[in-house]
Formats: sequence, C-alpha cells, structure tokens
Amino acid sequence: MSKITAIALKEFKSYLASPMAYVVTAIFLAATGAVFSISPSTYMETSINGFLSIGGILLLLFTPLLTMRLLAEERKMGTMELLLTAPVRDSEVILGKFLGSLGILTAMLALTLYYPILLFLFGDPDIGPIVTGYLGLLLLGYAALAVGLFASSLSSNQIVAAVVAGGILLALWFVGMAASFLPQTLGKVINYISISYYFPDFMRGVIDTRGVVYYLSVTALFLFLTIRSLENSRWS
Amino acid sequence: MIKVENLTKYYGKRLAVDNISFNIEKGEIVGFLGPNAAGKTTTMRILTGFLAPTSGDAWVAGYNILSQSLEARRHIGYLPEAVPLYSDMTVRSYLNFLARLRGLEAPKIKTRIEDVVAICHLEEYADVLIGKLSKGFRQRVGVAQAIIHEPEVLILDEPTVGIDPIQVAMTRELIKELGREHTILLSTHILPEVSVICERVIIIHQGKIVASDSIANLSAIISGVKRLRLEVSDPSEAVAERLRQIEGVRQVSRQDSHYIVECSGSEDPRAKIMAAIIQGGWTLLSLESVEMSLEDIFLKLTTKEETAQ
Repeated sequence: MSKITAIALKEFKSYLASPMAYVVTAIFLAATGAVFSISPSTYMETSINGFLSIGGILLLLFTPLLTMRLLAEERKMGTMELLLTAPVRDSEVILGKFLGSLGILTAMLALTLYYPILLFLFGDPDIGPIVTGYLGLLLLGYAALAVGLFASSLSSNQIVAAVVAGGILLALWFVGMAASFLPQTLGKVINYISISYYFPDFMRGVIDTRGVVYYLSVTALFLFLTIRSLENSRWS
Repeated sequence: MIKVENLTKYYGKRLAVDNISFNIEKGEIVGFLGPNAAGKTTTMRILTGFLAPTSGDAWVAGYNILSQSLEARRHIGYLPEAVPLYSDMTVRSYLNFLARLRGLEAPKIKTRIEDVVAICHLEEYADVLIGKLSKGFRQRVGVAQAIIHEPEVLILDEPTVGIDPIQVAMTRELIKELGREHTILLSTHILPEVSVICERVIIIHQGKIVASDSIANLSAIISGVKRLRLEVSDPSEAVAERLRQIEGVRQVSRQDSHYIVECSGSEDPRAKIMAAIIQGGWTLLSLESVEMSLEDIFLKLTTKEETAQ
C-alpha cells in the first residue's frame, strides 16, 4: 500500500511541477466558467446544469492530455526499467499512477466548486442535482483517466497516447448518437455502452445504479487492460 | 548469488541470448564483456525482472526470478544502460521515492539517503534538480539509486559509458569499493576496464558465452599471442620473408610501411627480430607491441573453439 502511495504522490507532484496540468485547468475553468455565467439554467433554475453539460464533454477532451505522459514518458525516458525492476507489482504501479492522476483531476474539479457556492450566495438552488452532478462528473472523469492510462501504456509517444485515448473516448461518446439510427433493440444495447447515456441522469439529480456501475466498470476494465499491457511488455 | 541455467531469449524471431548458463558466487565482481548487441543487456534485463526469458531459469540471492520475482527484485540494485532519472526531481526526492518503492522502512530512509549521497560524493548536489546535473553526476545518482536499499546483488549495465575520463576513474573506484559489500555483475565493452575492476570475466558473443574465466587465466590466453608492429627503413617483401624465418613468428603482414608480426611462445622475440633486421642491412625505425583489441579476442576465442571441435 505504501508503494502505491509513493507512486501516486510522486505522480501528483510531477503534475504540479509541469505546465500541462495548469494549462488544462486554466482552459477548463475559463470554458466552464463562461458557459456557467451565460447559461440560462444558471438564472432560471439556479442549477449548475450549464456547467455540467459542457464540463462532461471538456473532461473527455482534456483527460487524455493529463494521462498521456503517465506511462509513455516512463517508457521514453527509460525510467520504466526502474518501475518494472522495483519490488512492486505491476498492479501497484498502475494503481499508483491512476490515483495520482485522479488526485489532480479531483483538485481541478474542486476549483469549480465556486459555481454552486455563488448560487447558494445569490439564490436558493436545489442541492440534490448539484451533488449528483458532481458525482457523475467525477465518475465520468475517472473512467476517462483509466482509458487515458491504458492508451499511455501502448506507446512511448505521448501524442500517440493522447490521440488514442481521445479516439476511444469519442467513440464511447458518439456511439450513443449512432444508436438513434439503429433498430430499436440494437439501439438500446448500443446506448448502454455509451459513455454519454448515463450522464444526464446525474444532472437531473438521479443516482442511477446502472450509471455508477457502468462508469466503475469502464474504469476497472481499462485499469485491468493497462496492467495486462504492462505485463505484456515483459514478454515481447 | 546469481545462478543462470540455460537462459534463452528470442525477440520475435531474433535470437538475443542463446542457452547461456553461469554462476556468480557471493562477493565476486564479475565483468560481463562483449561487443554491442552481444546479449549483455538482455541477460541483465532478464535477471532484474524487466524482461521474461523465452526459456531457461535464473536465481538471484536464492530466489527464482520468475516464481519469486518480487523477492528476487528486492535483493537487486540495478543501473540500466540509459540511467533512469526523473529530471524534474531533486536528487534527494528521487532517492526518497526509490527508497520507498523498494520497501525501505520509513524511519531508516533519511539516514540511508545521507549515507548513499556521501558514498557517491553527491553532497553538494543533493538538492539540485536532476535535469540540471552533468552526465557524470547523473551516472553517480544512478549508482546511488541502485544501492539505496542495500541490495546484496548489484547489476550495472555499462556504468562508465559516455562520461569523461576523470569521472570514469571515479566510478571505477566507487564500484571497487562497493564490491567489498556487494556481489557485482557489470557489463562493458571496454577490455581494460574489466582488468581494473573485476576478478572474473564472462565473455559473451552473439548470445553465447565464449569464455568464463579469471582475469589471470584470460590474460594468459590473450598474451599467448604477442603482436608487434615495426617500421623498417626500406620495406620490401624480402623483409617479411626474413621475419618469417625467425623462430616463434607465426604470421607477418604488411600495412603500408609497417609490418605486423604475430608471435607465439613464452620467449620475447624482440631481440631476435632486431638482430635479424640489422643483419639484413635494414634500419629498424620503430618496434612496439600492439594491444589486442576486444574484437581480436573474440576472434581468437571463437576460432579456437572451432579448431578444437
């Protein structure tokens, strides 16, 4: 456990030492802040739905930028040799990396908390959808991080890692749109694997168990694939 | 301390390590010698658990590298060929991270870092970002991370490559010092380096071990053949002919105005050669012995094996 913490802390600190996390956070805050300030839902419903709807998409766009260096850089710099020859399980390496990136994403989302705080100061918002909205955003973000981590394990090139992660996430996002053109049963099945299908429920204040299970499953699946991908590199 | 049995590694279809076996006893400093792409790095990567072998087995400090991989890794300090450093960390935080990763108990870490920093002469640079260090110092940080968890076995992949001669001497000195407490396997393609640091040499060529012997025995094999280079005032075929008649001379070849003379036997043939040249009416301009290069040794070892068969 202490080894996972060591890796997670090191990862978190190196985010703070490099410009990428700041740039991503700045753009994320600027974009979501702008939408929040002009969105009718902010004023008509005193809800954060304006922020949430753009926030979800932005997370899918930006998490690959946060995760691309996690393993690709280690491979490029040769430090992968350090991690894989230390008395640490591959799963511990991956969990440490994941928790480090999870930490930075959570910190970034924590900075948006002033949107609901403003609503509470100037209005009387319903707290339910705000809490579930943040829950949905976190679950979505963590699933996206796991996808990004997996993509980063595939290549020593960070750009490739980011593009692959973005591709997988967009596919999971747009598959929901394709569903409406398909026959009903098939469309329903496709909808279930879409990363966008469950998010609106969270915005409405509903905690859909299917949604929670879906996001956690995607996270677990891609973490598992990352571990396998790392193991695989030893046998090449 | 290190036991390797029938280790084989294929990269796809390319054979990198071909069925090698060797033993390294506790406290030995063994040189792993070979040209580039001989299979040194691959063997070391298998021993450290970075790569899995295609077939064969190995034990480090009594632990099987496959079935007890974590235990085995705990007892190994490893310095890869490309020194694995995080340039955005200071030397101290880097060592702290690795100490924790290798399971050093928290109360011990601080004093151990100070010890290691002192051993590797990094005192002035402990709080400098690794990215700002020169290559020689980075190499020392690499050594420092390898010994931070007090491993019994040290595996060093080309520890003196790419640093200036003064740093090379310092690194060699450091490795010798470490050899008092650790079992060391180090790879190199520099022949004199082995004779300075190591007690025993394993020579590997094209994935196979071609020789495994003590330095003393090996240099006897090597010095069985002496090479001399001489320059004569008026070079001609007659000179070569005359040289060939001297007892102990095996081969004479001409390079421009120089002759390369290969001699065997324990006697020093230089006096005879000098006398022969003077008797023949030529003037001897220079006479020097030529070091055998690594390639010559491989050639010698590999061809010798073939003739023995």
